Amino acid sequence: MNIVVLVKQVPDSGLERNLRQDDKTVDRDAGNLVIGELDEYAIEEALKLKEAHGGEVTVLTVGPEKATETIRKALSMGPDKAVHVSDPAIHGSDTVATSAIIAAALGKLEYDLVIAGAESTDGQTGALPAMLSERLGIAQLTGARKLTVDGDKLTTIERQTDDGYEVIEATTPAIVSVWDTINEPRYPSFKGIMQAKKKPVETYSLSDLGVSADQVGLDSAWSEVLEFSGRPPKGAGVKVPDEGDGGSKLVEFLATQKIV
Amino acid sequence: MAEVLVVVEHSGGAAKKITSELLTAARALGEPSAVVFGAAGDADKLKDTLGEYGAQKIYAAESADVTDYLVAPRAEVLAGLVKQASPAAVLLASTTDGKEIAGRLAVKIESGFLTGVTELAADGTATQVVFAGAVIVKSKVTKGTPILTIATNAVTAEPAAATPSVEAVEVSVSDAAKKAKVADRVSEKKSSRPELTEASIVVSGGRGVGSAENFALIEGLADSLGAAVGASRAAVDSDFYPPPHQFQVGQTGKTVSPNLYVAVGISGAIQHRAGMQTSKTIVAINKDEEAPIFELADFGVVGDLFKVVPQATEAINARKG
Ligand SMILES: Cc1cc2nc3c(=O)[nH]c(=O)nc-3n(C[C@H](O)[C@H](O)[C@H](O)COP(=O)(O)OP(=O)(O)OC[C@H]3O[C@@H](n4cnc5c(N)ncnc54)[C@H](O)[C@@H]3O)c2cc1C
Ligand SMILES: Nc1ncnc2c1ncn2[C@@H]1O[C@H](COP(=O)(O)O)[C@@H](O)[C@H]1O
Repeated sequence: MNIVVLVKQVPDSGLERNLRQDDKTVDRDAGNLVIGELDEYAIEEALKLKEAHGGEVTVLTVGPEKATETIRKALSMGPDKAVHVSDPAIHGSDTVATSAIIAAALGKLEYDLVIAGAESTDGQTGALPAMLSERLGIAQLTGARKLTVDGDKLTTIERQTDDGYEVIEATTPAIVSVWDTINEPRYPSFKGIMQAKKKPVETYSLSDLGVSADQVGLDSAWSEVLEFSGRPPKGAGVKVPDEGDGGSKLVEFLATQKIV
Repeated sequence: MAEVLVVVEHSGGAAKKITSELLTAARALGEPSAVVFGAAGDADKLKDTLGEYGAQKIYAAESADVTDYLVAPRAEVLAGLVKQASPAAVLLASTTDGKEIAGRLAVKIESGFLTGVTELAADGTATQVVFAGAVIVKSKVTKGTPILTIATNAVTAEPAAATPSVEAVEVSVSDAAKKAKVADRVSEKKSSRPELTEASIVVSGGRGVGSAENFALIEGLADSLGAAVGASRAAVDSDFYPPPHQFQVGQTGKTVSPNLYVAVGISGAIQHRAGMQTSKTIVAINKDEEAPIFELADFGVVGDLFKVVPQATEAINARKG
């Protein structure tokens, strides 16, 4: 079973993040850049499937040159190889363009399953896997908290819903997306980190993929950021130590707010 | 005035709260036409509520072909309706389904889309809150028919009575859109407490609560307030309050925006704040006076939750009695 895992390099969500003043795209210079947090769960799920069914795991990233760091990190968990789509013209692309680029790159690869995070840590659009399903005409098995592959074709997921789950079935090829409820990602071993340095990484430009540069990038985006600002800080509230009456004081506060 | 297509969120013909919020938001752009995907009869059951919030028309797409397969058939039917009605915009709820339908529709009709919109102006400018609530962005779709998914609890629903006509939609779904079959739908709801994302009060417990048994304290406080129960990821990961997804508040959990959010034994990590910081009033109980949750709290008690929570619960129940 051959699997392609989609991995995006994002700013660390535990640190301060912002947009760039000049072109209002995500600032990828400040702070630490990390693997999209849910994408680690996608890698783990692909590795588990490989362990059970054999085959190859390929990491696919669309991003600037420095995304190679993220690719090496991903490879150190255990995937076999990587594809990096990088082209200056991609900067500022919206999800529509990114999905077109990823679809074109997948056209060059052989896969039974594509596995992605359910949403990226920075954009949190949560639509890219569904858009790939639309573009490639393959089944969408998205929002999984559990994945089962039966025989070699039928794939079943538990799709997480507000109050439980839906059982969704499809045959491969299909695109799966995962939440953090699905597994516990492994840590890269020392050996894994050493091996990752030697694993093949193939780099594609837009012209390698037959995607025209004027269909992607900031100027071709189908939506535009007009302005942005920091959220106004909340005015400091009241903080009281519990001196045996903390619970009562809390309720008195709720009463002043007409909540009780 | 142009039509605005609004995809109705409902369960078996009972409208969810977000539906009235969507209809209200749509009225800024034009005349709302509600689109009902469901089983035969659902549109009729929804008619009064949809009318109350200003739906001028209801498109009833009632067919097993839309309910038995994941997302794709709904995008296909919507693409057909867009062609037929040339709406000013398409509005959906910013749920997993809503965002995925939006993305598929964007590809189909070659239009831009924006997700997680918290405010919508008459000129189509959409406000979004990004990076765990740190940054507010104003954006606009610049190509095609704007497709917008609206965050829950962001828009205040306002009634505007109308008497909608119901128009049945001829549903014919391609085989390509029937590749992911919904084999079963399972509810794991275990109490009659309000749904987390719809509740006007949420009481959440974190790692500080210490055990699954101790979560009874959180439930007790929640019940005194008629609130929903939530949990931090640390609490969920420690199995204090399963099943995992249903109760987790935060970046990878649910986003809530109630009138009152009570955080008990929660430190207030960025990823937790991402899911609750637009709550109107925030109250925190934590024994660590440096806990970041206090930066958000309108009222904070620095103390042991095992003393403060029972006292608060008792005081609330006494007021009612
Ligand atoms: C990709 C990613 C996604 C994430 N998504 C989420 C998410 O959706 N939701 C989420 O919540 N987290 C999320 N997290 C985790 C987040 O970073 C924190 O680890 C988590 O929120 C911590 O939960 P907590 O506050 O309950 O636990 P802790 O940080 O351990 O805090 C426990 C608090 O309880 C207090 N306490 C202990 N005992 C008592 C007592 N007796 N009385 C009073 N107070 C007491 C302590 O002082 C402490 O402040 C995510 C992390 C990552 C990396
Ligand atoms: N530039 C990218 N390169 C590779 N994968 C991506 C990229 N953008 C998004 N993805 C994948 O799509 C998932 C959902 O992203 P999104 O729809 O943007 O929230 C992510 O978790 C990734 O797995």
